[in-house]
Amino acid sequence: MSSTRRRVEYEIVKRLVGPALMQVDHAQRRVKSLRKRAAKPAGPFGPPLESVRKLKELMTRHYLEGRYADGAVPVAWVTSGFPVEVLRPLGYHAVYPENHAALCGVQRVVPHLSEATEEVGYARDLCSYARTDIGSVMLQETPVGRLPKPDLLCCCTNICQTVLYWYRSLAAHFQVPLVLIDPPFVYGEAKPHHRQFVRDQLDELLVVAARVAKRRAPSMDEIVGVTKLAREGTRLWGECLAESRNKPAPWTGIDGFFHIAPIVTLRGTAECNAYYRQLRDELRHRVAQGIGGVREEKHRLLWDNLPIWFDVRGMSTLLAEHGFNFVCTSYTNAWAEAGSRIDPADPLGSAVFAYTDIILNQDLGKRFGTLARLAEEYSCDGAVLHSDRSCKPYSIGQLDLKQRLAKQLDIKVMVLEADHGDPRAYAVEQGHGRLTAFMESFS
Amino acid sequence: MTGAGAPVAIGVDVGSTTCKAVVVDRAGAILRHRVEPTHPRTEQQTTRILDELRLAVGCELPIGATGYGRKRVPGATKVLTEITCHARGAFSRVKRAVVLVDMGGQDTKIVRIGPGGDVADFAMNDKCAAGTGRFLEVILGRLQVPFDEVSAHVARARRSVPVSSTCTVFAESEVISLVAQGEELEGILRGLHESLAKRVAALAGVLPADARIVMSGGVALNAAMVDALGAALRREVSVLPDPQLVGALGAALSAS
Ligand code: SF4
Repeated sequence: MSSTRRRVEYEIVKRLVGPALMQVDHAQRRVKSLRKRAAKPAGPFGPPLESVRKLKELMTRHYLEGRYADGAVPVAWVTSGFPVEVLRPLGYHAVYPENHAALCGVQRVVPHLSEATEEVGYARDLCSYARTDIGSVMLQETPVGRLPKPDLLCCCTNICQTVLYWYRSLAAHFQVPLVLIDPPFVYGEAKPHHRQFVRDQLDELLVVAARVAKRRAPSMDEIVGVTKLAREGTRLWGECLAESRNKPAPWTGIDGFFHIAPIVTLRGTAECNAYYRQLRDELRHRVAQGIGGVREEKHRLLWDNLPIWFDVRGMSTLLAEHGFNFVCTSYTNAWAEAGSRIDPADPLGSAVFAYTDIILNQDLGKRFGTLARLAEEYSCDGAVLHSDRSCKPYSIGQLDLKQRLAKQLDIKVMVLEADHGDPRAYAVEQGHGRLTAFMESFS
Repeated sequence: MTGAGAPVAIGVDVGSTTCKAVVVDRAGAILRHRVEPTHPRTEQQTTRILDELRLAVGCELPIGATGYGRKRVPGATKVLTEITCHARGAFSRVKRAVVLVDMGGQDTKIVRIGPGGDVADFAMNDKCAAGTGRFLEVILGRLQVPFDEVSAHVARARRSVPVSSTCTVFAESEVISLVAQGEELEGILRGLHESLAKRVAALAGVLPADARIVMSGGVALNAAMVDALGAALRREVSVLPDPQLVGALGAALSAS
């Protein structure tokens, strides 16, 4: 199929089909909600967020456009901590395999996809995100209909080394170039030569990304423009999270796990920012009205690490029934912090800082500092550290973190062993039993 | 109107291996108790036990439920986890800050109980039966040693035969090969207890220097295990009275 025809299809989907489908969906929901009357509190939760509809619309459109993107526009598969800002002016459609794997986790299709990966020899100890996406590629199965084939793979090891080997496998499979940004692990402060090392890689990325997209390298004005958007989006996301410093928190930490999707996948776009403006305003309105994410908030917890995607609903219900809410999570906070260091006046230089100094690329002392600060800022009286079987870099050191948090902040802390994506590595009944015992210990 | 000695509550602890029930008075004394192997249909089993106990005491009482089957105890007025109930049961006996080691059928719990009886912290074995009563049960079954004779066997051991694997499946095959090599049964049993105790000690982590250790759960009835645990923790370990009933006692006290 010619690239012109693909482009026409892509534009039709982007400009007409996507919005039209959303209008139909919107109308159907309106009819339903009129029947149901105004949003009522659902069980132990406060009334559902209105913005959820917009979130669904954004993400559905993103994946729908993705189906028609390859052959029409350049496509990059990108790790979550990658400086995506430089790809936007080149017209790339960015796919986030981690976000896709999280979606597979929520849909509980990870065991099926993962088994296909394990059958060809990948270890079950590998991160379930990697196993899920490799399985999805091999079986050509995905709950989103279809993922566009990449023209470029963009990997940044500021989150873990697993992504490097994962993306190498993808590069071998798709036979496309892989660009790597490899920030050195930061003990204390990154040294100038570390920063120069990352800067050189960013410069190289610009050249490769432009060549693959068959375009001229983006001008500094274009990069500044997208950087401004990314910074603004990050700030807005941070403002959404900060609303939970209020008592009661206007939403739950579990809501945050879902609403993080745009800042990860659409960072640097105007639609991402418009979405967070809407969400922030809604949260502010809820604060003014005294509406909580949990109907009766009695205790406020900090969550560390990725969510357990396949059990987020079950777990949040269990917590809410006992009057507990995860009012902040180090995971959702990471996206509010990293981008805040982006400076449009020096987009590439500041990107070095932003993408090197992220929580998973820092020593344990800094991680402790972040957790302690969050626990204080959000007035937490307890913390749950999710020891994630899949994500070793996030889980390492948690026993020390637990002791330090409990001792220095005088709060209750528990470590919960689970997995963010693979239900085969987690016994729900036992996990909920541990959480219940933890909650009982507050009384 | 209840006075001293009058029954005030029933506690039921539906564990993976045994189902325990107690009737307590206001002071926490156990007036009646039941211990039975857990039936697959726990709801029917607990209904029958509760009926029998109500009949015996001649009145309706509030019911506290705990253990894996706690959510299926008919008429329970208080449903709490084993961690909370074991802590309450243990504290009612010792009335001071202690570290409780509860070795039950399917899990081992370490609960740090504060000076006021609160749960300050806890740890449990995750996803694995090694280090639990089930582990001992499997190996003793394989060696055809009845549970109530095991301590006497260990006491007779002239030396300890190290059993390196604490995975139930691997330990079983390791023990079989040790027997085949002609190692004496008593020594193997001692080695087994030591390896199990080390696993529990690892779960307990670093304990405060002044920590007092108490033990509950069915495994606490095995004196050899208590000794091995004391050696592994380098602390004296005292066994709570009626160790198997501590969870049910805590459940009853919570309901009263
Ligand atoms: S190991 Fe952790 S950081 Fe790496 S891809 Fe998996 S979840 Fe992400």
